[in-house]
Amino acid sequence: MSRLTVPKTYKLYIGGKFPRTESGRSIAIENQKSEIVAHICHGSRKDFRNAVESAHKAFDSWSGITGYLRGQILYRMAEMLEGRKEEFAAAIQVTQPVTNAVARKEVDASVDRLVTFAGWTDKYQQVIGCANPVAGSYYNFTIPQPQGVVVAIAPQSPSLLGLITCIGAPICSGNTVVALGSEVHPITTAIFGEVCQTSDVPAGVINLLTGKNKELLEHIATHRQVAGLYVANPTKKNRTLLEEGSADSMKRVHCVAFDESDWYDNAVTASPWEIEPFVEMKTIWHPSAC
Amino acid sequence: MHTPVDTVMVEQRAKSFASRSIKTESKQQGLRLALSMIDLTTLEGKDSPEKVRALCTKAIQPWEGEIDPPLPSVAAVCVYPSLVQVAKRALEGSGVAVASVATGFPSGQYPLDVRLNDVKEAVCAGADEIDMVINRGAFLSGEFDVVAEEITQVRTVCGTAHLKIILETGELETLENVRLASELAIQAAAHSGSISDGEVFIKTSTGKVNPAATMPVTLVMLEVIREYYKETGIKIGMKPAGGIKTAKQALHYLVMVKETLGDDWLTKSLFRFGASSLTNDVLRQLVRQHTGRYTATYDFSEA
Repeated sequence: MSRLTVPKTYKLYIGGKFPRTESGRSIAIENQKSEIVAHICHGSRKDFRNAVESAHKAFDSWSGITGYLRGQILYRMAEMLEGRKEEFAAAIQVTQPVTNAVARKEVDASVDRLVTFAGWTDKYQQVIGCANPVAGSYYNFTIPQPQGVVVAIAPQSPSLLGLITCIGAPICSGNTVVALGSEVHPITTAIFGEVCQTSDVPAGVINLLTGKNKELLEHIATHRQVAGLYVANPTKKNRTLLEEGSADSMKRVHCVAFDESDWYDNAVTASPWEIEPFVEMKTIWHPSAC
Repeated sequence: MHTPVDTVMVEQRAKSFASRSIKTESKQQGLRLALSMIDLTTLEGKDSPEKVRALCTKAIQPWEGEIDPPLPSVAAVCVYPSLVQVAKRALEGSGVAVASVATGFPSGQYPLDVRLNDVKEAVCAGADEIDMVINRGAFLSGEFDVVAEEITQVRTVCGTAHLKIILETGELETLENVRLASELAIQAAAHSGSISDGEVFIKTSTGKVNPAATMPVTLVMLEVIREYYKETGIKIGMKPAGGIKTAKQALHYLVMVKETLGDDWLTKSLFRFGASSLTNDVLRQLVRQHTGRYTATYDFSEA
């Protein structure tokens, strides 16, 4: 008698834990031969609300530690991801018709992306901040500060690299993130939670939801605790919906339109100018010594 | 006099109240009712007149936004005796009562005349309600007559002010002790003169000891109140305090009150929540249902 396979049911990642969606809904994931290989959670607006609460709780300590320490933690994430390369490459190939080499390339780029952001954590300030020239016996500085909770809506593809980029940019400066993974290729998002939990990222800094973005967009836009949005490749309609909803609480809405090759390009997707949309500039003066 | 309590059954029963599903309109109503029953409390060493004034403003109008029908004020503001005057002035004409902890709150470990004087001063300063602590040391050493006598004296000193008797259930160890202390407190209060409905409350905790209010403890106390009502027709009030932080918890407590004592007790004159952070969680739910938008922490004042 042949063995019955035990397909995994993936869960959400909220506040450092792996809860099932409170709605109890799930979505079957089919491989390219149309066989059901796994189930993922179909997250609800209440899961989103809980995730924002966790992210808000984590913000004070995450934004309070030094950029250097955040860099070390991001690097640790890269190490953990590197150790699970095979698993992620296989996960990519479940729903995407790509060769192993192509899948491996995406995972490699994802690890490198984390290392890039790890490097920027204590350096982007020098690039986008400045010491302003003044005519007086004081100094005048402009320094970037994180905003709070950022919602990242990842691109459909590349599912892993896109997700990591959308998360990396905001957390680099000390924001905390609620991320919505790729709808059509959700498995990488679901496993990425395991990487977050086993690296040193504090609970609540990264929260991952899977499901149907459409039903969440309005709540994301209008949630007053959310300070910024990172939206990958939105449709015109969704962009309008998000921008209109965000007006009430004056969120920053950062929409990007990157094609597949852009996601692989550090200069485009991992520059300090991709960190800048999620900081507020604070200008202070300070008396000089003489 | 000593009645055994089946701990397992009490816990089971208390748990069952938390499984009711209360949604949409009933939830709105429940939350508004809970809001109107809150004793908005600040009992810290750092309390200042300005903080108490801010708290009073919040007590009268819990949220600045417009909502239809308008949100109720909370039931009372609860402060230390030295701040009663400040609160009294700030709440004048608002219908919100001033409650004061007294009798050497929270430990009660002071000579009796100091404790009685504490009550007198709070009443003189204008407190409408006195939250007293019982002598737990005496209770646990079995000196029930001492505990009872002190309660009787405190109630006499209270005059027309309502009295809430804090048992500090977190220090009483067992549910049987909770039951015994509840019976003792009610009888001792009755000993100093007839009680009209809602004039005497029993209250779980000071909020300074863990565990504070829990559902099983509150259930045992509600049952004592029910039995006393059946015997005498007098309605004693109930106030769980400490540890009730979420709107959901508050609704569970209301379900428990309704199913143990009935609708009569679903009023601020017979049931209170001693809480501070509960207010904002209740507001958050009400405002979310009103505007359709999830709120931020900065939408509500901290006081």
